[in-house]
Amino acid sequence: MTSLKEVFGGGARQFGMVFALVALIIVFHVATGGKVLTPTNVQNIINGNSYVLILAIGMVLVIIAGHIDLSVGSVAAVVGIIVALAIRDWGIPWWLGIVLGLAVGAVIGAWQGFWVAYVGIPGFITTLAGMMLFRGANQYIGKSNTVPVPAEIQFLGAGYLPEWGPSTGLNNSTLLLGLLAVAAVVHAEVRRRQSAQRLGGESIAPWVSIARLGPLVAVIAAATFLFGSGRVGTSFPVSGVILVVLVLVYGFVSTRTITGRHVYAVGGNKIAASLSGVNIRRTNFLVMMNMSILAALAGIVFVGRSTASGPFDGTMWELDAIAAVFIGGAAVSGGVGTVIGSLIGGLVMAVLNNGLQLMGVGSDSTQMIKGLVLLAAVAFDVYNKVQGKPSIIGLLMRSRRQSEIPGGPDGPEAGPVKGSKADTLARR
Amino acid sequence: MTDTPVALEMRSITKTFPGVRALDEVSMTVQVGEIHAICGENGAGKSTLMKILSGVYPAGTYEGQVVYQGEEVRFKDIKASERAGIVIIHQELALIPELSITENLFLGNEPTGTVGIDWGAARRRATELIARVGLTASPDEQIKNLGVGQQQLVEIARALSKNVRLLILDEPTSALNEEDSEHLLDLLRGLRTKGLTSIMISHKLNEIAAIADSITVLRDGRTVETLSAAGGGIDEDRIIRGMVGRSLEARFPDHTPTIGETFFEVSGWTVEHPQVPGRLVCKSSSFHVRRGEIVGFAGIMGAGRTELARSIFGRSYGRHLAGQITIDGTPVTLRTVQQAIDHKVAYVPEDRKVQGLNLLDTIADTIVASDLRRITRYRVLDPEAAVRAAEGYRTSLNIKTPSVREGVAKLSGGNQQKVLLGKWMFSEPDLLILDEPTRGVDVGAKYEIYGLVHRLADAGKGVVVISSELPELLGLCDRIYTIFEGRITGELDRSEATQESLMRLMTGTSPAPTH
Repeated sequence: MTSLKEVFGGGARQFGMVFALVALIIVFHVATGGKVLTPTNVQNIINGNSYVLILAIGMVLVIIAGHIDLSVGSVAAVVGIIVALAIRDWGIPWWLGIVLGLAVGAVIGAWQGFWVAYVGIPGFITTLAGMMLFRGANQYIGKSNTVPVPAEIQFLGAGYLPEWGPSTGLNNSTLLLGLLAVAAVVHAEVRRRQSAQRLGGESIAPWVSIARLGPLVAVIAAATFLFGSGRVGTSFPVSGVILVVLVLVYGFVSTRTITGRHVYAVGGNKIAASLSGVNIRRTNFLVMMNMSILAALAGIVFVGRSTASGPFDGTMWELDAIAAVFIGGAAVSGGVGTVIGSLIGGLVMAVLNNGLQLMGVGSDSTQMIKGLVLLAAVAFDVYNKVQGKPSIIGLLMRSRRQSEIPGGPDGPEAGPVKGSKADTLARR
Repeated sequence: MTDTPVALEMRSITKTFPGVRALDEVSMTVQVGEIHAICGENGAGKSTLMKILSGVYPAGTYEGQVVYQGEEVRFKDIKASERAGIVIIHQELALIPELSITENLFLGNEPTGTVGIDWGAARRRATELIARVGLTASPDEQIKNLGVGQQQLVEIARALSKNVRLLILDEPTSALNEEDSEHLLDLLRGLRTKGLTSIMISHKLNEIAAIADSITVLRDGRTVETLSAAGGGIDEDRIIRGMVGRSLEARFPDHTPTIGETFFEVSGWTVEHPQVPGRLVCKSSSFHVRRGEIVGFAGIMGAGRTELARSIFGRSYGRHLAGQITIDGTPVTLRTVQQAIDHKVAYVPEDRKVQGLNLLDTIADTIVASDLRRITRYRVLDPEAAVRAAEGYRTSLNIKTPSVREGVAKLSGGNQQKVLLGKWMFSEPDLLILDEPTRGVDVGAKYEIYGLVHRLADAGKGVVVISSELPELLGLCDRIYTIFEGRITGELDRSEATQESLMRLMTGTSPAPTH
């Protein structure tokens, strides 16, 4: 048991999360008779979900800080139409269109951040208003028309990396990415070992590192092969590259910068945070603003994939993003959640969608199944919290530590911890 | 009912919480038609006793007997005690601000007509009741438009509407100004002549001496004595002696202070309540702290000690109206907590779970949270540095945990308090303000925390200790200020401070008569 803990414990929960997803994929792969793990299908999964996953990255920060954002779909839609119109009618270059789109996202974010952080309107209300406001704006600006976008924008949403170099049987760009990924995880493991040695003097047994790295490298290799071996001209999708970069950047920001730590502090205990010098308003403002910028990016990627901006783009995206975050182990009451967890949560939803579709299940049943999975994932977590047992979802999905029952000998209280979903439910 | 003059008798009440014996064989007797006061320091067990009487702690969770109107009663909840005519009015008023006086008076007790609530009848009864308590307001007025004093009267009117026979008031005047307090006391006297029995918990000994017919004094969960006005046993000195009459045991490590120069000064500090304009929580307070000195602040709950500390610590409480902070002879303005931290001021809050800790964090993350900049390299946080820093405090503060990567929520109260102290030592302050540093901490950890405070002072830091436990202040501090109703009422050197002298100053009592 302790050895297992050594492999999966410590900052290694991400490993476990990856395996949970892999298990789901394998189940579907078998159930569909081998239709899931084909190059075209995995490329489609990434291309067809990257915009929701981008939203999930912003959403997890919003939820960690203790808010919610319902406006992301509408913000994505209004940015999409502005970018499409600006390029088509004003004739600005595609890259300027992207800059403009992100700037519009920033302005919308500042608007919502102002109401949430400085006026104190709950995020739910502010963004519910934003959801209507920006949906209307999308249809007003675009006159409810569909406006096409140029090939460069389409490249962002549905493009593939170039072919180059010697013939390896794989797409060389994808191969390079795979090699970089392997190098990165090996480097991270080496750093981890060094750090443990510096701190405790106790060195990690080599087999532990191998047990951790082996499966991970195998997964990366398999993914590289899958994505790289599709029909000529395809590779790991460009939208996937954008996603990976965002995950790395936001994973870093959320755990290794002061601003990131402040987001967790505000969501965990606002009073304690303000008495520790955290500028609560600024943190809330930044989190809301960042969400809208990412929503703008998601909108641009989406119009690229669908080749045009339309009046109903982005409907229900907010709920998909929120579901991804909660499946990924965040708590409704704030303070808990990870970027990587939300990515995995989003991929679980995506694979469910895709697998059920390939099995020939209708979209009506798919919806019901997804709803039940969300409920089951959270209910399981709540149940284990109430029992005081470590939750599997918690173990798999959280790299932030959380304890079961507060209160030592001085406190007769033994309720659910703040941050657990049980706590949130109890307060309703 | 009237053939026995005893309204209530509580016999040998014992109540234990995990690890604490809150009440130990407490007995008291209340006569019909009297005002009976209960006195004691914070934590003496007054509120616990009243919670047992009113059914908040149901029968079976305590030992002993409650005899009410000649019969033993076993209330299982507040409703049961209210049916028997016992009504408790808490310190924090339980009125709903958005509802009218009438609606509040009959909340959960609405008079019903043939269909639904009979608001006509409710309003008529409300008019009658508010006249009885001498309130001049329309029964349709919303509670939020009333002052605290008027709200208190509404609470009493609500009690009367429930046909109260025994009225319990927990610190009824603590939030009232002098005029409102006077009015309330007059009202209680008036109700007494109509035969109402009341029990009153209060820290304001002058009021107790003026109004109470008899007094039960509690100390450390035991009944010390019962004094009777008829026997001439009530004067403030007598009460104080009863309340504090324990000896100072050797609960403090030895310490010889080395006190340097004054480096931190506050003058004319005046702060307004954040929600109630015009109510001053700090009134032109001035004090100073010297290097290596441990300065205590004594005051009853709500006197304004925490408010003073937090308003100094980056204006994290209230609205600053006037006053100047001077550090090392230079006037400074601390507008935000960050500025306070930058000026080497630290504040360890009184309620560690609510104000001090993010219970989701690990020990290491908690300790470095007071100054994250100190564990960054090129603006990037170094988790290793956090763990190293936390390891240092784990050793020096003797925090009992298998690893600093454990969650703080798992620690005992004493160890959580040590983590919190470590968190604020990590910001390397010159002035540390410790608000109730040993609340909810067991005796062993208390001793360690005292030793730690000594070490901080010996390192040349100024330490301010806010505590409700007078023995703690007397045992720990070199100098003690007393606060009463937002005003600093006294400054006593260690040599001249006694529990009696402090209690007198912190309850706004006139100076002791010279013998």
